[in-house]
Amino acid sequence: MKKLRKKVYMTAGYNTISLGTGRREFHPKKPRPGIEHYIKEAGQGTLKQIGGAKNVDEGAIGNFMAPRFNRQGNLPGFIPMIDEELQWKPCTSTEGACGSGALALMSGIKSVLAETADVILTVGVEVQNTMKAIYGADVLAGAGWYQKRKNGHAYFFPGQFSDRAGAYYEKYGMEYTRKGFRRWFRNAIENARLCPTAQEYENKVKDLDALYDKMKPNGKAFVDNLSVLDCSKVSDAASAIAIVSEEGLKRIGIPKEEAVEILGWAQVERNITNDPSDLTELTTIKKAAKEAIESANITIHDLATIETHDCFSIAGILATEAFGFAEPGKGAQFVADGNTDRDGIIPMNTTGGLIGWGHPTGGTGVHQAVTIWEQLTGKAGKAQIEIPEDRPYGMTVNMGGDDVTVVAIIYKRG
Amino acid sequence: MNYEERLQNVTVLGAAGKMGSGILLLTAVEMADISLKPENQTKTYVLNAMDVSHEGLAGLLKYLKVQVLKIAEKKTVLLRKIYADRTDLIENKDIIDQYVFDVINIIRPVTKLEATYDSNLIFEAVSENKDLKVKLLSQIDSNNPNNPWYFTNTSSVPINVVEKEAGLEGRILGFHFYNPPAIQKLVELIVTDKTKKEVVEFAKTYAKNLRKIIVPSNDFAGFIGNGHFMRDSLHAITETEALAKDMPFVEAVYMVNKVAQEYLVRPMGIFQLIDYVGIDVVQFIMKVMNPFVTDEELHSSLLDKMIELGVKGGQKSDGSQKDGFMKYEKGQPVAIFDPDEKEYIPISEFKDKCDKKLGPLPDSKISWKSIIRRPDKEVLLKDFFKTMKTMQTFGAELAVKYGKRSNEIGKKLVADNVANNENDVNTVMLTGFFHAYGPVNTFFD
Repeated sequence: MKKLRKKVYMTAGYNTISLGTGRREFHPKKPRPGIEHYIKEAGQGTLKQIGGAKNVDEGAIGNFMAPRFNRQGNLPGFIPMIDEELQWKPCTSTEGACGSGALALMSGIKSVLAETADVILTVGVEVQNTMKAIYGADVLAGAGWYQKRKNGHAYFFPGQFSDRAGAYYEKYGMEYTRKGFRRWFRNAIENARLCPTAQEYENKVKDLDALYDKMKPNGKAFVDNLSVLDCSKVSDAASAIAIVSEEGLKRIGIPKEEAVEILGWAQVERNITNDPSDLTELTTIKKAAKEAIESANITIHDLATIETHDCFSIAGILATEAFGFAEPGKGAQFVADGNTDRDGIIPMNTTGGLIGWGHPTGGTGVHQAVTIWEQLTGKAGKAQIEIPEDRPYGMTVNMGGDDVTVVAIIYKRG
Repeated sequence: MNYEERLQNVTVLGAAGKMGSGILLLTAVEMADISLKPENQTKTYVLNAMDVSHEGLAGLLKYLKVQVLKIAEKKTVLLRKIYADRTDLIENKDIIDQYVFDVINIIRPVTKLEATYDSNLIFEAVSENKDLKVKLLSQIDSNNPNNPWYFTNTSSVPINVVEKEAGLEGRILGFHFYNPPAIQKLVELIVTDKTKKEVVEFAKTYAKNLRKIIVPSNDFAGFIGNGHFMRDSLHAITETEALAKDMPFVEAVYMVNKVAQEYLVRPMGIFQLIDYVGIDVVQFIMKVMNPFVTDEELHSSLLDKMIELGVKGGQKSDGSQKDGFMKYEKGQPVAIFDPDEKEYIPISEFKDKCDKKLGPLPDSKISWKSIIRRPDKEVLLKDFFKTMKTMQTFGAELAVKYGKRSNEIGKKLVADNVANNENDVNTVMLTGFFHAYGPVNTFFD
């Protein structure tokens, strides 16, 4: 990748709570806030830190399926609702399934590079508890090719990743693999317990390993190779972050140390009408991570932390291999040995990731950026990990569909 | 006629009632699943929902729509396979909606008995009135050329009496669901000396397909379930009446109810259970059973008095609890009826006084809800009751006496040959009444 023509930063991140099963506030039968509530709360959360809406040049919003979950399209129209000073400013929405959030980030980054804006308010949102999971599965299936829906599983995406898990079991052994999954799950919950906005923040299960071992996959009720503990949460949440130029930082009065600099990225797309060539590899993620690392001119071992798209435990395991931390088939061992723990070689998903913090599908990409910003600038509260002086880097990997729309971004403490 | 052929034309009598609607739901789902097999797709399946009440039938269809939807949502993984060839059904929602339609499409709501004359199988769930049952079944049988089989849901009338009086020799058995049939796992199966083997075989297959647990009961009025429940209720009523000599009636009801629920670790108190079943139903079942028992009197003048005052309990059509011995708010008792004053007295007025008189529980952490799903509940209960037996409190004494009486009732059901063994008695109470332990135990020795 060419050298960036100017510096791009992110700062002033904000997360709403991730609402859904697990949160005390969540009652499936009681009315809940609508999508506009989340957009507003997250947007205002960021605006407060950057001196208000008058400092914003543009808005970008990432969302996957509001037209079906909430009967709502035309989401750019909600940005001026956040603050009246945003009225008449240019706004864009992005959609790439669960990768929508990172596409919104990319939209903001490109606006800075195009020199059309110095401060972009970026929001990611999804409100998906509006329907039961069995119907939500229909909506989320839109992240795959519609022509595959008929022969797909009732729980379409869990079905897709169950097939990936099954292929991995077959190649490397089920018991071995599930030890890796179990550690991934335990880390997700333990990390979420340190983050007050996380969906599993209040999870009080004492022996998570025992719980995991008890919940065996049951193909009659769910999918063949995964249990619900292997799956991300169904979530209502939004996140927001400001994407700014150096001039923008001055305008909003935030010092560089409180921002992260974008060193590089990769945006990689796979043909959605094709099946993955190898079920035991996340090929698109592999390409994206490699390109992003190269564009930032660092190595994968320079990273202090990664937020990766663990929509399912198998996606977490496969990601460790795609990033190059483990050989094919060794990812389960790498995770089971504690290398991705919060004090491991490469801490991943330090506020719980999609399984522990939550997965507001179209909002997740922005949430990942907020977490990396918090960690690299020392704002992660109880979830704060140690960032070594010589490795002030982080990476987010956001995925839409089954390894289809992938964005990897490299961040450095500003 | 094999299993599937017999289920091609079925009738549920009293389909709009509490029991009838549940039986109809389960049967409709079973029939629909058969009709959806590839080899059966050209056949027509008919399930008559027969009831005299148009209003009831309208409510029934609403109930069915909600319940079948729930069932469909739970088994969508399987339904996607069943409808794999239907290229027009893509999403889960398409498939679920189709299944709900296919189940409901089997049902014919009818009010005239003529509709039943083509059926091969008749479920009888009309009110507990022997003469009505006999009249309906004999009329159907004399007009129906198929020699249909009759499954009666009676909870009290001896089957051989209906068999004989309606002239149904060998073609009837007792198939007694528990309330609500869609949820409770237990079915009491009662045969007569004459019931044909193939009828029993069919009943067993049907129960298995509905995932029910069968407990055989011998053909004595009340069978096992009500055999225990009626006598258990009478014990509570007798105790209450005795206590009421020294204290206000409402306080006596409160205490005995609390002893049954909290001290005996049951899902609800005994007066709440009587209200749930219906005071009128309990009175009626005793009335049906009483002529068949020789060594005791199954009758309560207190129940008669409540009925006379129009206090009946039972449930509203939306499933919520009607007021009976107790008044309910959001399903919880909040006041108790005083038959002399003819009004409900709030429990809050005497709760503290009564709780103090009863004394503390052996272990406040043990409740029905906290232990019912625990694998070690037997051990926990043993300790709980062991401590209780050493306590000199009013509550503990009432509870131990009550526990012993329940034990006696259970054993007598075996001695009287109503149940084949003690295990069957316990299974009925565990699965039909959701008790945490069977009445035949050593806890209170």
